[in-house]
Amino acid sequence: MSLDVGIIKKDFPVLQRNINGKRLVYLDSANTSQKPASVMDAMEDYYRKFNANVHRGSYQLANEATAILEGARDNVRNFINANSTKEVVFTKNATEAMNLISNTWGRENLASGDAIVLTELEHHANIVPWQMLAAERGFEIRWIKIDDNGHLDLSDFDQLIDGAKLLSFAAMSNVLGTFTPVKDLTERAHELGLVVHADASQYTPHTGTDVQALGVDFLTFTGHKLLGPMGIGVLWGKEDLLDSMPPFLGGGEMILNVTKEGFSTNELPWKFEAGTPMVAEAAGLGAAIDYLSNIGMNEIRNHEIELTDYALGKLTSEFGETISIFGPKDATERGGVISFTFDGAHPHDISQVLDEENICIRAGHHCAKPLMQVLNVGATSRVSMYLYNDESDIDALVAGLHKVRNLFTL
Amino acid sequence: MSSLDDLYREIILDHYRSPRNQGELAPPAHRCEGFNALCGDEIIVYVSLIDEKINDIKIGGQGCSISQASASMMTEIIKGKSVSEAEEIIHAFKEMMDIYESELSGEEAGRSTSDIDLGDLEALQGVVKYPVRIKCATLAWNTLTQSFDEIQNSS
Repeated sequence: MSLDVGIIKKDFPVLQRNINGKRLVYLDSANTSQKPASVMDAMEDYYRKFNANVHRGSYQLANEATAILEGARDNVRNFINANSTKEVVFTKNATEAMNLISNTWGRENLASGDAIVLTELEHHANIVPWQMLAAERGFEIRWIKIDDNGHLDLSDFDQLIDGAKLLSFAAMSNVLGTFTPVKDLTERAHELGLVVHADASQYTPHTGTDVQALGVDFLTFTGHKLLGPMGIGVLWGKEDLLDSMPPFLGGGEMILNVTKEGFSTNELPWKFEAGTPMVAEAAGLGAAIDYLSNIGMNEIRNHEIELTDYALGKLTSEFGETISIFGPKDATERGGVISFTFDGAHPHDISQVLDEENICIRAGHHCAKPLMQVLNVGATSRVSMYLYNDESDIDALVAGLHKVRNLFTL
Repeated sequence: MSSLDDLYREIILDHYRSPRNQGELAPPAHRCEGFNALCGDEIIVYVSLIDEKINDIKIGGQGCSISQASASMMTEIIKGKSVSEAEEIIHAFKEMMDIYESELSGEEAGRSTSDIDLGDLEALQGVVKYPVRIKCATLAWNTLTQSFDEIQNSS
């Protein structure tokens, strides 16, 4: 293994927890990741030593709190190789980041007769905001289909994006683990004048993210899937684009001046951050990025390729024809997310039996119901891995699945 | 008995593997869909009423062992009953789920006033120890209630 997982596991307090005498086998990181002690320490530290409202105080404590918030922003900027902290907007989560785009850029630019392009791989967070706006504005939503291996079917890509204004797609599928060709799609879409958004919620936690190399116009992700706390997400956008957009939520912080007659908006990025921000969460996110950067995103990616390869091999060799694994077969083409169905046992029952062994996996539609329809299943089981997982976790899963098999075999 | 054995009783697995009254009924039988938003399970209940009596009932859709077994057992106990008898059975079934819950939380037990024999359905009692699975067990029943409401509203 590329990483010393034994040491890494020790950094995560919850992974030390036994339930009914059994160790926790956490294989649901695509849902939310666990947090290292350093993230919790950073958050607690903020409240114990630095708590004050930011950007408003004229005393040292407030200045320190502001420095923590803005320091975390710079940490994010560096992590995704953005040009400027003006381009890094903190949101509640990735869902809010996408709603921000639809409500500001979308409302300003999309009307009846227009079209946007999504893919069948999308999470509801990159579908429903657009459907809500489309219901109001009457524009068309086009869909890039997937092929049998869970890759995007790009045979009619030019036709689909022709005349469309926005291409918005997942950089990595939360169900199939598929990596989409972000750079190539973006280049072609830009040639035809589209604005491009990549939902990197599953991508940024698992592989190095360079917004300049990817070339997209907007990129969104959430903190809690990359070892950070719940309650903070990121919208990154190109400065000129963000500048041209109307504000999202109104209130304090996002204004420069307010009179009875109206208001003027603050500079970027605060123009999009109305109200008191999530400072402790920003401190936690900063600490999470430090933790990941110390280990190295390339090392994490390589570890996940090895472990995914191990898991795919093991599941196939142990369960053969009775397991159906969705998505790319090659671990280098996918993240550490494996969705499957098992003959004779429903996903909900599988996770119930595994829970008895203290193994956590997700069952259901994974907030991707249109994709479930394409795959022609109601639900799947999903195993998702991160830097703190190793072969012993996969072996525990396989042993648990044998118990499922024994219980549900005819 | 481990709690898992308590949940997955043999009778439940039997109904899951060999569901009774599976299929569709053509119109004018009433068709009603029910969803479990949590896991995406979907159930379709077809009911054919003749003179306020459940002449036939079929179940379509897909779901986990608990929702499928519960639906299958429901069709067996409901078929041939009058709508008001069926409503009493629905009530008794839901009460069974409920009572167990309040026992667990230490409240006064024995609220059941019903003397309806739920038969095989008693096997589903183990479900209430798993709060998220109660939704699975009651999906078909809620959909049946909705069917009755829709039939009544349309007549």
